[in-house]
Amino acid sequence: MKRGLSVPHRKWMGAVSVCEKWLYGNSFPVDGGNFDDAGRVSGRIKTILKEMGIENDVVRMAAVITYESEINIVSYARHGMISLHVLPEHVEIEAVDEGPGISDIRLAMQQGWSTATDKIREMGFGAGMGLNNIRNFSDIFHISSDVGSGTRLKMIIHILREQDR
Amino acid sequence: MNLETIVQALHLGVKSGGDRLGVEVRGGYVGDLLSDVMANGREGDLWITRQIHQNIVAVASLKDLAGIILVRGAEPAADTLEKAVRENIPLLTADLPAFEMAGRIYQMICPLKV
Repeated sequence: MKRGLSVPHRKWMGAVSVCEKWLYGNSFPVDGGNFDDAGRVSGRIKTILKEMGIENDVVRMAAVITYESEINIVSYARHGMISLHVLPEHVEIEAVDEGPGISDIRLAMQQGWSTATDKIREMGFGAGMGLNNIRNFSDIFHISSDVGSGTRLKMIIHILREQDR
Repeated sequence: MNLETIVQALHLGVKSGGDRLGVEVRGGYVGDLLSDVMANGREGDLWITRQIHQNIVAVASLKDLAGIILVRGAEPAADTLEKAVRENIPLLTADLPAFEMAGRIYQMICPLKV
């Protein structure tokens, strides 16, 4: 059984889409250091995906990915951008920030490793789980970083889940 | 079991989301690490925590949790309450510590067969 989009794709073409294949495409700015606003972009992306009729599993994966990406930008970067592109077969999420970057990505991907400050940890973040969560909730995950410049994450979630193939 | 039944039985304070107590509670999760809850909390879970800052509302909302219980007399921060009201997330308070709260809720929704 094929699940996924249950609304006419056409509804989402036009205004913000510049690529013919996109059913939806947009970017959302995230301010570094602004914990009060953390979750706003993830909430918006979740709402967009739900309104498009994307299946719940995919929406839940996207919610975790975008929230952790947002928290990483808020925690460590000066500024960032999270972009969402919905295509017929997958959802693409990119998180790009201007910040200190990560010098050792292999180390940063280790569960429990973190450079978080006490302030960040007091709020229940910075336990070294964020990047792992992003990887675990993505079907395809790619990370690259330039020290002193910033970090770029690209995640893909298949709309057609494994059980539907 | 709906949230209202748990609220009544355990005398929980209802700080927000009073009109959403009809929601079904499917399970629970205990934790103060937000990434842990993001990874392991499931839709319909009742979340037991000591965290009181406003990011808990975003997590509950993104994960479609049934509600949040602040334990051992913790009160939500002012901006947390404001956000929970705005997003209509049930924010509940209790004097019991997390361990006892989890035990009682577990007994209610998954009673042990002895």
